[in-house]
Amino acid sequence: MPTIEHNGSSFEVDEDGFLLNGDDFNADWVDYVKGVEGISEMTDEHQKVIDALQEYYKKNGIAPMVRILSKTTGFPLKRIYELFPSGPGKGACKMAGLPKPTGCV
Amino acid sequence: MAKHETPLLDQLETGPWPSFVTDIKRQAETKPECWDILGILELSYEDRITHWKHGGIVGVFGYGGGIVGRYADVPEQFPGVEHFHTVRVAQPASKYYSTANLRQLMDLWEKHGSGMTNFHGSTGDIILLGTRTENLEPLFWDLTHDMGQDLGGSGSNLRTPANCVGQSRCEWACYDTEECCHHLTMHYQDEIHRPAFPYKFKFKFSGCPNDCVAAIARSDVAVIGTWRDDIQIDQAAVKEYVAGNYPANGGAHSDKDWGPFDIQKEVIDLCPTECMWMEGDELKIDNSECTRCMHCINVMPRALRPGLDKGASICVGAKAPILDGAQFSTLIIPFMKISKDNEFEELIDFIETIWDWWMEVGKNRERVGETMQRVGLPTFLSVMGVEPIPQHVKEPRSNPYVFWKEEEVEGGFERDIIEFRKRHAA
Repeated sequence: MPTIEHNGSSFEVDEDGFLLNGDDFNADWVDYVKGVEGISEMTDEHQKVIDALQEYYKKNGIAPMVRILSKTTGFPLKRIYELFPSGPGKGACKMAGLPKPTGCV
Repeated sequence: MAKHETPLLDQLETGPWPSFVTDIKRQAETKPECWDILGILELSYEDRITHWKHGGIVGVFGYGGGIVGRYADVPEQFPGVEHFHTVRVAQPASKYYSTANLRQLMDLWEKHGSGMTNFHGSTGDIILLGTRTENLEPLFWDLTHDMGQDLGGSGSNLRTPANCVGQSRCEWACYDTEECCHHLTMHYQDEIHRPAFPYKFKFKFSGCPNDCVAAIARSDVAVIGTWRDDIQIDQAAVKEYVAGNYPANGGAHSDKDWGPFDIQKEVIDLCPTECMWMEGDELKIDNSECTRCMHCINVMPRALRPGLDKGASICVGAKAPILDGAQFSTLIIPFMKISKDNEFEELIDFIETIWDWWMEVGKNRERVGETMQRVGLPTFLSVMGVEPIPQHVKEPRSNPYVFWKEEEVEGGFERDIIEFRKRHAA
């Protein structure tokens, strides 16, 4: 599995660039994902989505369904794509350090 | 990438059917990475297990689906398929093509991918099989900018809709399946490209109950053409069939001698509702008893046609076995006019009523057919604002576990045990 070095931190990731170990998550990770997921600048809104994902994951052990993410953040799906061009799965979950979405994608 | 020994696959080059192995080998002459497709497949034949890793999340910016990521679990051995992502490209309604369009698409795929394809995926998409992550955005750019084509759907969203050839080449199509499929595909681009549902959701459009796109079995909303007036009979053509001048079923059984055409045996006696008979040499149909199964029309296409008052039946909820068993769609709307004059408004309203409800109550990864099973058909009908009718069931329930709403019961559900005991001492 590849290792990513960014700002002095190093991260073990899978082929799709998802963190293999959620505990590695830190500010450097966010800064790295920002670069690869087409995000020009981190805003409070980005942070709100990431916090919501992490909180839900910590509590429930899975990523929230899209409409629950919309409900808890108050952002419609359109806004989430404006913030994370790859969408809530590939973009936001990756940045939040959650495991890779699975199933019939 | 070198050629591999493929003794098992080589056996599949024999026999009369077009061999996918021969085709891949031919492509490998110009695209050497295709040798690795054969190599990894040969290894799977030997090991009897897949050599693709679990999952894969890749895509293009702006979309949450459309590309299925895939990585080999033996990349050192087969570097040509280390990344082997599948791109779903939206297909034209009914899959009519010009060679110019296909040549352009193939040029694009030779440039950005393996050159291997699947024409088409079961849902309908053009499938471009095998490319690397870094090629995805360039491919998408060329596809949209040079060809004006878009990706199909994948993930928990509206998947690429599909239709039968409909009025383009069929005398039985009861509505314009192509126009309807195209219109709804364009109307719901957002729902196709950005997953927002509890799970996947599919539309399919068939022009008549023969259901050539298998809508009843393979779509969450099946729009199946039908009519509600009388079957059109051309008695002169009926006589030609009886005289043996027109072949039954358009000649579909001409490879075997089934004897001379016998209208009594092959049509009248096979009608499921027994609503047909001959009066002299005239064929009669009691249309009020006809369930529009298509059999008589299929047998005598030159003599019988669907009626003139055409529309579609809408069925909901088909799915494959996972999780709680396979389902066909169940009839919800027996007859709906399907017309582009009002931009398919009635159908769109119907679909959005389902979505508004299912997006709220559907559990994670629960198909709408399962949600219907969980809440029950009566609840689903009331959500849809549809009055229950006998046509909604094949047979009435046989168990007596009938729920009543409180307002339907005189006196309601609040009862006092002390009042009861005054009349019935313990």
